[in-house]
Amino acid sequence: MGKVPIVNRFAVMTDFWSHFPPQNTRTHEACGLSAPAFAAALAGHLCGANGKTVFWLRESWQNAQLNPVGFASYLDPKQLLIAQAARQIDALAAAEEALRSGHIALVVIELSQGIGLTEGRRLQLAAQEGGATGLCLLSEEMGSNAAQTRWRCTPVFDPNEAAVDSTLQNWEIIKNKSGTLTNWNVGWHAQTRRINVVSKSAQR
Amino acid sequence: MRKRVVSMWFPNLPSDRVVRAGALNGDDTGPFVVTHHAKNTDRIYCLNNAAAAQGLHRDMGFSDARAYCPDLQSCPADPIADARFLHMLARWGKRYCPWVGVDGSDGLLLNIAGSAHLFGGEDAMLNDMRHRLTHAGVQGRVAVADTRGAAWALTHFGQRAQGEDIAHLPVAALRLDTKTDATLQRLGLRNISDLIALPRATIARRFGPDVVLRLDQATGARDEDISPLKDAPNYGVRMTLPDPIGLSGDVMAGAERLLERLCAKLKDQDMGARKLQLHLRRVDQGAQIVELRLAAPMRDAARILPLFERGVDEVDAGYGIDQIRLTAIQVEPLPKAQITHGVATRTQGIDDLITRIGNRIGLDNIHRFLPADSHIPERSFQIAAAAYSRAEGAWAALRPRPLQLFAPEPIAGAGARPPQHFRWRRMALTVGHATGPERIAPEWWLADDNWRSGLRDYWKVDTVQGRRLWLYYTPQNPGWFVQGEFA
Repeated sequence: MGKVPIVNRFAVMTDFWSHFPPQNTRTHEACGLSAPAFAAALAGHLCGANGKTVFWLRESWQNAQLNPVGFASYLDPKQLLIAQAARQIDALAAAEEALRSGHIALVVIELSQGIGLTEGRRLQLAAQEGGATGLCLLSEEMGSNAAQTRWRCTPVFDPNEAAVDSTLQNWEIIKNKSGTLTNWNVGWHAQTRRINVVSKSAQR
Repeated sequence: MRKRVVSMWFPNLPSDRVVRAGALNGDDTGPFVVTHHAKNTDRIYCLNNAAAAQGLHRDMGFSDARAYCPDLQSCPADPIADARFLHMLARWGKRYCPWVGVDGSDGLLLNIAGSAHLFGGEDAMLNDMRHRLTHAGVQGRVAVADTRGAAWALTHFGQRAQGEDIAHLPVAALRLDTKTDATLQRLGLRNISDLIALPRATIARRFGPDVVLRLDQATGARDEDISPLKDAPNYGVRMTLPDPIGLSGDVMAGAERLLERLCAKLKDQDMGARKLQLHLRRVDQGAQIVELRLAAPMRDAARILPLFERGVDEVDAGYGIDQIRLTAIQVEPLPKAQITHGVATRTQGIDDLITRIGNRIGLDNIHRFLPADSHIPERSFQIAAAAYSRAEGAWAALRPRPLQLFAPEPIAGAGARPPQHFRWRRMALTVGHATGPERIAPEWWLADDNWRSGLRDYWKVDTVQGRRLWLYYTPQNPGWFVQGEFA
């Protein structure tokens, strides 16, 4: 093989911060195993400093429970509101209402079934009106074409023995309406509540 | 105008209340007692006539009572419900006169001056009271006198045949405390007439001003007021229309006028509405009801009105609506607050949002997390309805905790260290790093079925496949489980 490409760490970071946080007043999608972590990191990034509220919608039958003690390393759970809807249609209606209200910075919607273009577009319009960011968490094939970006988030094993509390993940943009598709390895630094972008050359 | 005071005394109010509510199984004429727990034992708080006939009495130990009377039925005392029942009786008393006051925990006072003739005189009125109380199953003693003190004395100590004279009644009828009563008895002052015969200065010097005061209040030398109960404020307003309306804009305009009136009423009382009902009567006598549950007590018409929009849009007006009624079904105290800049509007906006979403998915389905003081992972937080709680408390995690928790899922494994390879949710996983153990002991003071297996040693496991799981091992009942997933 050829030479290992030397990636400038600074360039990686600038590249990342030009894509993250994803554009406000739009809705985005995240899939993959680390999608909840992506949502939590986004919540921490958007609302950690300004004390705004994050609205997290889920369907009531889901048995996995968001753990506020774990969530506290991303964002103060005081700023979190959880809503449980019996049906997806109710969850979408509530999400639209929350996006439009203008008092919520980020609305996270956990979806178990795909949404159509109409629903996706309605969420976009609501986000635009309320000046909020929407994020749908769903499985990979279920996305709607109306989403601005789609991120695939997967946890990455960190072979470095010292990294006991590693949160290393791979965030990959797999759909982008205005921009390129790239991916980064990132981690969450719990003490400073910041995202660490890890240059990939360091990983190899 | 001369006062005429009726005193009602319900000696067995607690037991009558329970019997009336039909809480007893089977025969409700048998011996029955209400018990309360005091000084580490159950004692009789109140008993019915059948129980008194068996030789039971108040303050008797409940276990003794059961030994005397094996078929005794019982029920724990509920003073709050008793007080509520007494207030219900006070409301009933308003059929006789508008001045009804509550006397202690088991009596009523009515000033019937000027209203007795409506019932055919005082005797007929008292008989009517007695008749209705008996019919309702409430044991009560009723007497009338010129003063509150005398009426009280007659109900508690008088005989019906002896008229309104209280001079022959024992001194205890003057509403004295037991200590003063005992002293008077010891000195041979048994009846009120004995006390009247003494010079006033002597009584005051020997027993303090209280006895003279009570005596004066009973004889009418000093006035004593009855403080009547206030009517509960009615938070309802309505509007009848000359012509039926059908457009939702018209209904909203009507609702707006009603809301302004209702909110003014709420403001006077320092209350806020928690649950509102808009009742729309149609010309065909049908009724449409729009309910609104609010996330916080509110009395701001301009904020409440838009919240009604969704419900009003769904109303079927039929041939038109000719009466609108708006009621605050549930109200909560809402004191006046300092108006501050910024913060208040933000929480108000979120409260309105919770209301709007809550009326769609149910107000109880919107939660927030509150910290709880426990090391048990699933009990280290509480889930509270956002509408009925405030975001407060500090969150602290001494050790890393997973972002998601689920019910423990067993995996195959043996030994105190995490297995190198395991299968979970049909995935083959290999352990890269394992951090632990962190031992958490069950809270023995709480019975929790999930913690029956005893101690847990928690491990944070980074798998080579990427997933970071929270495993635990139960050394007392060897087994491995997955309970959570880290970011």
